[in-house]
Amino acid sequence: MKHFLAFALLFATMMPALAVEPAERLADPAQEQRARALSGELRCLVCQNESIDESGAPLAHDLRVLLRERIAQGDSDAQAVKFLTDRYGEFVLLRPRIEPATYVLWFGPIAVLLIAGTGSAIYLRKRRLQPEAAPLSADEQARLDRLMKEGEG
Amino acid sequence: MIVELGHFALILAACLALLQSIVPLYGASKNHAGLMAVGQSAAVAQFVLIALAFAVLVNAYVTSDFSVVNVVENNHSAKPMLYKITGVWSNHEGSMLLWVLILSLFGAAVALAGDNLPPGLRARVLAIQGMIGVGFLTFILFTSNPFLRVSPAPLDGQGMNPVLQDPGLAFHPPFLYLGYVGFSVTFSFAVAALIEGRVDAAWARWVRPWALAAWCALTIGIAMGSWWAYYTLGWGGWWFWDPVENASFMPWLVGTALLHSAIVVEKRDALKSWTILLAIITFSLSLVGTFLVRSGVLTSVHAFAVDPARGAFILVLLVLAIGGSLTLYAVRAPSMAGGGIFAPISREGALVLNNVLLTTAAATVFLGTLYPLFLDVVNGPKVSVGFPFFNRTFVPLMIPVALAVAAGPLLAWKRGDLRAALQRLWFAFFATLAVVLIGLYLAGFKPVLAILGLGLATWVGFGSLCEWAERVKLFRIPFGESWRRAIHLPRASYGMTIAHIGFAVSIAGIAASAFETERIELVHPGETLQVAGFNLLFKGTEKVPGPNYIADRATIEVRQNGATIAVLHPERRFFTLQQMTTGVTAIRSNFMADLYVALGDPDDKGGATLRAYWKPLVPWIWIGAVFMALGGLLSLSDRRWRVGVAARRRVPAAHPAPGE
Repeated sequence: MKHFLAFALLFATMMPALAVEPAERLADPAQEQRARALSGELRCLVCQNESIDESGAPLAHDLRVLLRERIAQGDSDAQAVKFLTDRYGEFVLLRPRIEPATYVLWFGPIAVLLIAGTGSAIYLRKRRLQPEAAPLSADEQARLDRLMKEGEG
Repeated sequence: MIVELGHFALILAACLALLQSIVPLYGASKNHAGLMAVGQSAAVAQFVLIALAFAVLVNAYVTSDFSVVNVVENNHSAKPMLYKITGVWSNHEGSMLLWVLILSLFGAAVALAGDNLPPGLRARVLAIQGMIGVGFLTFILFTSNPFLRVSPAPLDGQGMNPVLQDPGLAFHPPFLYLGYVGFSVTFSFAVAALIEGRVDAAWARWVRPWALAAWCALTIGIAMGSWWAYYTLGWGGWWFWDPVENASFMPWLVGTALLHSAIVVEKRDALKSWTILLAIITFSLSLVGTFLVRSGVLTSVHAFAVDPARGAFILVLLVLAIGGSLTLYAVRAPSMAGGGIFAPISREGALVLNNVLLTTAAATVFLGTLYPLFLDVVNGPKVSVGFPFFNRTFVPLMIPVALAVAAGPLLAWKRGDLRAALQRLWFAFFATLAVVLIGLYLAGFKPVLAILGLGLATWVGFGSLCEWAERVKLFRIPFGESWRRAIHLPRASYGMTIAHIGFAVSIAGIAASAFETERIELVHPGETLQVAGFNLLFKGTEKVPGPNYIADRATIEVRQNGATIAVLHPERRFFTLQQMTTGVTAIRSNFMADLYVALGDPDDKGGATLRAYWKPLVPWIWIGAVFMALGGLLSLSDRRWRVGVAARRRVPAAHPAPGE
């Protein structure tokens, strides 16, 4: 019950997350929230797969500030991201765009699932279709009866 | 002199490994007992020699022998003793030595504990182990020798990266390697079976304990790495889908599939060639992981091209091992027809589904990890593949896995009744429904995916309990009867239940991360920061000297409802030698939630940026992993696996019982 209350409290007190460094924050909460959502999907170029929202590297700080400047100037999300990809390349996107060069990446998992699914469906069908065991012929039945009787005797 | 002794021991071990990879194989083909037995002595001797070499390197670190290049580059006289020892495997050369040490440990274990194996199979398994040993020992001796000397010896060493001077990270590599390298045994068994052209229930019974042991170690290793990231990085991230992490996760996923498919081979004599393939793939992915981490290819494909000796060597090993085993597989596997017949809706069918989903998940991680490298090699665009990609591809694959985990064990072998199985899960179903509805009501439909995640966790957890209750016929027969049944359930059955509950616990921990609260503010002494009902009173920072660093240590009083409930001391440590700062977070956990505080940059008025988080259920991520590993160990301790049990049991029975 105590834990349940803790949970209830948790849901009741949930509030929008705040900025990464106090000094970087934008005054407008709506803009700030957009900046955080965007920066979560942008790569800190010098880090191991960390986003600029997470990373403590100086470059990440610069990118966060840059992104917020664009948003404060009235850029849409797409425009702000384009500003960064124009300067840093597609590498800055943690979620690569779906384009011919990344079709294999994006649709590969579905293809693998289809192949594996079809393969196993064929396999399961084969397993099922194998005849259980052929019924005994009259001769075999007679021999079995005889053997059973001997066993009893 | 001692160092040269270690060097010689390693060279001798390489020679023995060569012997071990040829003589037993020849002996097995001629059915010559003496030649086959060479494998056992060679495997044990190889382990003794590599252990000696390893001990020599540890000794060089402990005594700070700065006439050894490797010690100079990674050690420092002022480093605490613990990190002098763990420094041995914190670098490329030392970690490869640990790799072969563990490889030879497993080889010796097969040699000593394999008395119940047919001599031919044991000889062939040891020969394959020997071949892997030859590959990696020559790799160490020719490209990554830790015993090279330097003259004149410098006065002191260059020290170790401060980030690595941490207890969690110190023991992460040995566990990871126990897992990685442990799968070499299942690989060797698979290749030996292909050479012999025979896979049967007995084979699966011999293989499964090794796969289980490796899987448990890998589970612990991965969990330790992720836990380290969590408490180190200062904001509580614990998984980044980074190539280095993925390198360990891929063998884990396929290894999990292998554990499950080996059950089908053992019990039902089906899925044989598939299980062999999984065993080959699991170890191949371990090798791919070693290549990714050790070749430098991750930093940049071009860096790899500049100094290719190491990378090229591992790549050749990779091609030989994977190419060789897959070729053998292509030639031999078609002749290994499976025996068991079963309907699609059956325990076997559920395990096939498990395998389809887990291997697809592994393939997804493989694509996400290697595709950027591939694009780079063909001069395509440079792309990053991060968590948003995996959230859209990997996570959806885990949903059917979780749904099936609860129902699968309730299906009968050969022909199951899905409707009956689902009826037995009524309690899990209503518990799930309750969690989802209460969650939606309290959270107001916002983080709907996270709530569904909690529901999924409830389904898996209570589903596993339902399955256990079904086995002991809880509430359907007198309680004493149920108790008796519960005591006599095999340990392997409890192992499964506990591991599946661990999976549920981890899912809950992951899903609940959507409910965390975060406060990041600049505070001055005497000011408080509020997070999730806690008042954090910042009392300032002080300088505290450490063995090889100076720390800024903050004192924070945690108050709740007016009473002080804890005092936290997050730190920032400045390592004088490397001129590097690392953070040490302060975490107060009650196993249901963590209060997580990290110290940020100071200002010039005695203040500092504080990052405070309240993270509900986060500890469950690792508690779940520990449950999974415990389940695996419990299953491993099942008496059915114990050496010779089956053989001893068979003797007193006058009439051989029909196969189980």
